[in-house]
Amino acid sequence: MDFHDSPAEAEFRASLRAWLVDNNPGLPASSTDDEYWERAAEWHTALYGAGFFGLSWPKRYGGHELPTVFDVILDDELADAGAPPRPSLGYLVQGISVHGSEAIKDRFLPGLIDGSERWCQGFSEPDAGSDLAALRTTAVRDGDEFVIHGHKIWTSYSDVAEWCLLLARTDPDVPKHKGLSAFAVRMDQPGIEQRPLKMINGITTEFGQVLFDGARVAADDMIGEPGEGWRLAMTIVSHEREPGELGYVSRYNKTVTDLEKRVRANPAAYRPDQHEAVVWARTQVEMLRKHVSRRLSERLDGIDHGPDGSIDKLLMTWVEQSVGAAALAVSGAAAVTDTEDVALKTYLYSRAQSVMGGTSQVQKNIIATRILGLPA
Amino acid sequence: MDTRDTAEQAELRRAARQLARELAAPAVGDLDDPDRSARLTAAVADAGWLELRDDVGDGLPLGSGVEAAIVADALAGAVADAAFTGPVLAGDLARRAGVPDTVRAVAFDPALASVAVVADGTTTVDLVVADAQPGTTEAFVLVPADGGHRLGTVGVPGADADATDLTRRVRIVPAGSAVTPVADSGSLTADDLAGWTALGLALTTADLVGLVRGVLDVTVAYAGDRHQYGVAIGSFQAVQHLLAEARCLLDGSRSVGQYAAWAVDALPPAEAVEAGRMAKAYAARAARTVCETAVQVHGGIGNTWECIVHVYLRRALLSTQWFGDDGSQLRHLAVTRLGVDDGLS
Repeated sequence: MDFHDSPAEAEFRASLRAWLVDNNPGLPASSTDDEYWERAAEWHTALYGAGFFGLSWPKRYGGHELPTVFDVILDDELADAGAPPRPSLGYLVQGISVHGSEAIKDRFLPGLIDGSERWCQGFSEPDAGSDLAALRTTAVRDGDEFVIHGHKIWTSYSDVAEWCLLLARTDPDVPKHKGLSAFAVRMDQPGIEQRPLKMINGITTEFGQVLFDGARVAADDMIGEPGEGWRLAMTIVSHEREPGELGYVSRYNKTVTDLEKRVRANPAAYRPDQHEAVVWARTQVEMLRKHVSRRLSERLDGIDHGPDGSIDKLLMTWVEQSVGAAALAVSGAAAVTDTEDVALKTYLYSRAQSVMGGTSQVQKNIIATRILGLPA
Repeated sequence: MDTRDTAEQAELRRAARQLARELAAPAVGDLDDPDRSARLTAAVADAGWLELRDDVGDGLPLGSGVEAAIVADALAGAVADAAFTGPVLAGDLARRAGVPDTVRAVAFDPALASVAVVADGTTTVDLVVADAQPGTTEAFVLVPADGGHRLGTVGVPGADADATDLTRRVRIVPAGSAVTPVADSGSLTADDLAGWTALGLALTTADLVGLVRGVLDVTVAYAGDRHQYGVAIGSFQAVQHLLAEARCLLDGSRSVGQYAAWAVDALPPAEAVEAGRMAKAYAARAARTVCETAVQVHGGIGNTWECIVHVYLRRALLSTQWFGDDGSQLRHLAVTRLGVDDGLS
């Protein structure tokens, strides 16, 4: 057991740290400010261009084929520099990698990884949330194309995306999990309407609704076989639950570092319970950092994603919500007199973590039945 | 970075768990079996684990904090009633002072938070010796000397205190006990004591991680066996969600605990102590929650003396208090990380 950097890891860390000195865009947090999303593409491109993104992915698609523990170093250094987190799209890369044909991977992975083509994920619908397989969006074959009708929701960054990884029903005559297929759908075409959603913390550029009314997708742009959509979705959500894949640790670390600085400037201005909220949030963040290190080290054994992702998702949720609670505690009256208060926005945004990527209730069902072996 | 067990660590983990499983009390009534308890105590001694932190000749210990934590975790997982952490801490303290460990015990202040410091040759308050071996007659204390500390010893009464933890002996050293300086004791610096505290935090944390694992196993099995309304109670989501949360707390505790154990020897003492305080705060809160969940899921029987879950809960209370509970750790962290001045040093 050794948490120290290997020589190669230390070299990587040093070069990343040096690069960040001159290249930190100083963006506000993705969870609290629309400005982040306006400049997110620029950050993605810069990070990729300098060789610090896509670390564990195949070189063929623009990655670096490094062990996944390098992502821990990336997250640590981004947080220490106060830089934005890495783009959170590992789960899309994994979904396409596992289920796409060679042609699909060659066509789509390089642009996804280098940031030249932006993506959104069209899974959830108004009547298909936790019960995702109940989705009603249809894709009907028409010659060399499929024609899409349906309504997607919680579609992050749909307004800026060139592509949507869409889950649609292609066979209504088989059991609900078996009739789904996945597609790469172009977003700039007739038959697609965007409806932005305003989050409870005021953010408007993250979530959207997307209405498909006769949009078209080439049959060649189906990802996986017909009927493989459910399995692809499960691959994606299992990765979407992993803090090591998402890079959120650096966001939590940065937030709690800011809280510590604020309190340290005048500790006597805060009550003991406020001090405790902040150091508890720090303790939670450090727990998650070590937990991700452990999980990514286990990957060296070839242990792959299983239901353990649900444990990680719940731990990550508790961390984010502890950080959110600490921000609220420290903010005091500003949280109720100023709707632009960053701490208030951090707190409000943290409530989404127990819903997005699968609710905490769903994660607990998975842990109970698939890890603890309790009767379903 | 590679946080996996080495081959030797994996083997130690396997061997320690097997020994604990074979010789620890399977039921509450077995705690009263002196022959079994003696066999367990002898087996732990024969394995050489009590000397893990002793000086092997060059001032360095035989095993790192990681190995010591592996054994602590394994013994706690079966609520094994054999001394381990107490004697190991004594060996580590003696090693740092450059003397052989002839007493195998350390006396703590009444709050059980730090090693007792006795000036003027006589104790003024009752001191506490936790996790004592059966034949313990003396314990280390610190004596201020030359701007640092040297080791002294106090006599330890032969009678066990009527303590909460049913698996580890507690002895009380009464106020007014005479302190004998340890001949040849070297000076213990602030860094020595910080390194030793880091080990204490890591081992009490490992104990909490182990007992969480053990009590969760017991409780998940019970939830699968116990039927109500014609089905296993573990089929109810209300029960499943409690146990799923407990499983997550186990994983989080393990991750933060193994880092603290590694930090004991791999990081500067102040950083190792900070890692230990965070691990202890997290694991103590987790253990309290999981043990309470275990009592709840066992229902009425969980509130009886015969049900083993209170043995875990009682052990968790001692391991939590020893070296300071979660609230105490968080206050220390507020001092070091936030610059809070609340009178703590």
